[in-house]
Amino acid sequence: MAMTDTNPSAMTVSDEVAIEIKNMNKWYGSFHVLRDIDLTVQRGERIVICGPSGSGKSTLIRCINALEEHQQGSIIVDGTPLSSDLKNIDKIRSEVGMCFQHFNLFPHLTILENCTLAPIWVRKTPKKEAEETAMYFLEKVKIPDQANKYPGQLSGGQQQRVAIARSLCMKPRIMLFDEPTSALDPEMIKEVLDTMIQLAEEGMTMLCVTHEMGFARQVANRVIFMDAGQIVEQNEPESFFLNPQNERTKLFLSQILGH
Amino acid sequence: MSDTHAQSVAFVRDTEIPPSPPPARETGAIKWVRENLFSGPMNSILTILGLLIAFWLLSGLIPWVVNGTWTGNDIRECREILQGSGGGCFAVVAERWPQLLFGFQYPDYLRWRPSLAFVLLFLAVPPMLFIMFLPRWTLALSAVYPFLAYWLIWGGTILTPIFIALAVLFGYFTFVKIEKRGFVTGLLAGIVAAAAIIWVGGLVAGEFSRFGRLEAVESRAMGGFMLNLILGIVCVSLSIPFGILLALGRQSRLPIVKGFCVVFIEFVRGVPLITLLFVANVVLAYFLPPNANFDLILRVIIMITMFSSAYIAEVIRGGLAALPKGQYEAGDSLGLDYAQSMRLIILPQAMKISIPGIVNVAVGLFKDTTLVSVISMFDLVGMIRGPILSSTDWAGVYWELWAAACILFFTVCYGISQYSQWLERQLRTDHH
Repeated sequence: MAMTDTNPSAMTVSDEVAIEIKNMNKWYGSFHVLRDIDLTVQRGERIVICGPSGSGKSTLIRCINALEEHQQGSIIVDGTPLSSDLKNIDKIRSEVGMCFQHFNLFPHLTILENCTLAPIWVRKTPKKEAEETAMYFLEKVKIPDQANKYPGQLSGGQQQRVAIARSLCMKPRIMLFDEPTSALDPEMIKEVLDTMIQLAEEGMTMLCVTHEMGFARQVANRVIFMDAGQIVEQNEPESFFLNPQNERTKLFLSQILGH
Repeated sequence: MSDTHAQSVAFVRDTEIPPSPPPARETGAIKWVRENLFSGPMNSILTILGLLIAFWLLSGLIPWVVNGTWTGNDIRECREILQGSGGGCFAVVAERWPQLLFGFQYPDYLRWRPSLAFVLLFLAVPPMLFIMFLPRWTLALSAVYPFLAYWLIWGGTILTPIFIALAVLFGYFTFVKIEKRGFVTGLLAGIVAAAAIIWVGGLVAGEFSRFGRLEAVESRAMGGFMLNLILGIVCVSLSIPFGILLALGRQSRLPIVKGFCVVFIEFVRGVPLITLLFVANVVLAYFLPPNANFDLILRVIIMITMFSSAYIAEVIRGGLAALPKGQYEAGDSLGLDYAQSMRLIILPQAMKISIPGIVNVAVGLFKDTTLVSVISMFDLVGMIRGPILSSTDWAGVYWELWAAACILFFTVCYGISQYSQWLERQLRTDHH
C-alpha cells in the first residue's frame, strides 16, 4: 500500500509511562475474556494490536477508557488509576480519545456540533473558541467544507475522519482506535490511514486494533498479537512479521498475509 | 456501438451514455380511471357498489346539514321550523354553545377570562413547538403561560401563581446545584425547596389575598370543552417529563430506582384509567386529613398524569432501546457525564424516534379526558349527557350535539397529528 513515507525511528518515544496495565483479568459472566494482561505503554508509542476475532483485543482497549469494566488487576492511565470512582473515570475519558469501528458520530448534530459538543460541555470551552479548534482539526483531516452537514450526508471515510477530529478536539494525550477501517469500503481506507499516520508523526500515543499490516509496518513501534484473551507475542514490526516465534502467530500471519 | 464490441468478450466503453428521461407513460384521467376503477369485472362491481354507498350516505347527510336550522329556542320550535324536511336541529348547538365550551356553572360575565387564556395559548405554544425558527427568549412566554392561565381561569390573588412559579424555579435551581452529588439527592432537595416556598407562599397569599385579585371561580365550576382542554394540555405537558424520568429510571443501575419505576409503570398500565379516576374522586379523600381541601381537578390531573406518563415512559423506552449502543459509548468516551450524554445525545435521538408513539398517547389521552364525565364532572361529554340532553328544552337532540362534540375533538386531534408529521420531517437529518 502506497502511503506517505515515514521513518518510525524518527518519531520519539519518551521514558514517561502513559498506560500501565498489570495483571488484568476480565470475565463476561463465567467466560474469561482477558487473562493476565501486562502491558506498559510509553508516551509517544504507537502500538498495533492484532489477532483473530474474539481474541479480546477490542475488549482490551475498551478497558483502558472504562467502556468495559475489568474485574482484577490494575490499569493506570496518565498516572490516574482506573477504579470504580466516577471522577477518575471521567478524568481518564476526557484525556483519552477513542475512534470506533462504526464511527458513532451523533447523527442529530452537524459535523461542527459533533466536534464542539464535548469541549463545550466537558472542558467548558467558550463556544467560539471550541468552533475555532474544531475547524482547525477538521482542516487537518481535510474536510472543513463539510462542517455544516450532518453525518448521514458523508461517506464512511469522511465520517471516520470526522470521528478522529472529534476526539482530537478534546486535546487527548492518548488515542485508542478500535478497528477504524474495518467498516469502510476499500477505496476509503487509505484516507483514514493517512490521517492516522499524520497523527503518529506528531507524536501521539496510539493504541490501534487493526488488521492493516501495511499500517503496522510503517507506523508501529510494537505489534501485539492476542489470542484467546492473552498476549501471545509482541515485537517490533520488522521482527514480528519476518520472524514470528509462536505457532499461533505464524498461522495468523499466514492467513492474513497469504492472499 | 461498433460491431467489434458485439463480437469480442473484452469490452472497453468509449462513449458515455447520456442520462435520458424515463419512458413517457400514457397519462390522463381516463387512463387512471380505467386502470384503477374498472380494470376487471370484480373491480368494476366494487367501484359501483362504493359509489352507491357514498351516494346513500351523502343523500342523508347533505339535506341534514343544508336544511338544518340554527335558530329556535327549544326542540318544539325546531320541529316547527323544519316541518319534517329532514334537516338537523342545530339550534341546540347555537343556543348551548357557551355551555358546551365553558360548562353551566362558570359565571357568564367571567367567560372572557378563559377565552383570553385560550387566545394566549396560541402565543405560548409556538415557542415550544417551533423553537428552531424563533429566538430563544420566546420560550419565556411558554414558561410564564401556565401561571398566567391559572390566574385567568381560576382567579384569586395573583400571589398564588407567582409563588408556585417561584417554587418551580427555586426547586429547579436547588436541583441543579445539588445534582452533582447525586441525581436522587438533587431531586429530593429540589422537592423540599419547592415545598418550602409553597408553604411560605400559602401564608403570604392568605395574608394579602386582595393583592392583584380577580374574582375567584371554584374548580367545581369548570366544565365543557374548556375542562377537556385544561386536563388534556396540563396532563400531556406534565406526563412527557415524568415519562422521560420513568423511562430513564427503568434503565437505571440503581436497583431501588429501577424497581420503583418498573412497579409503577406495570401497575399503572395494568389498571383501567376509569378506576384511577374513581380513586381520585372517592378513595383519595380517605387518605387525606379531614379538613384538607384537595382540589378535585388537581386530583384528576395527578391520576391522568400518572396514567399517561407510564404509557409515555414505555414509548420512550422503545426509543432508547432503538439507539445503537455506540451512541452511549461515544458519549462516554468523550467524557460526558450521565446527565450530559442523556440530554445532549441520547434523549434528542430517542425522543425523535418516539414522536409517533408519544403523539398517539397524547391524542388518546386528550380523548380520554371525557371519562371524567363518569365521576360527575361536567366536561363536554358530561354537559351533553347531563344538563343539555336532560333539559326539557332539548331532550332527544342527539345527533347534532354529538356531531358538534366530534368536530371539536377532531379539530384538536387532527391538528396535533399534522404537527407531529411536520415535526418528523423537520427533524430528519439524513439525505436532504
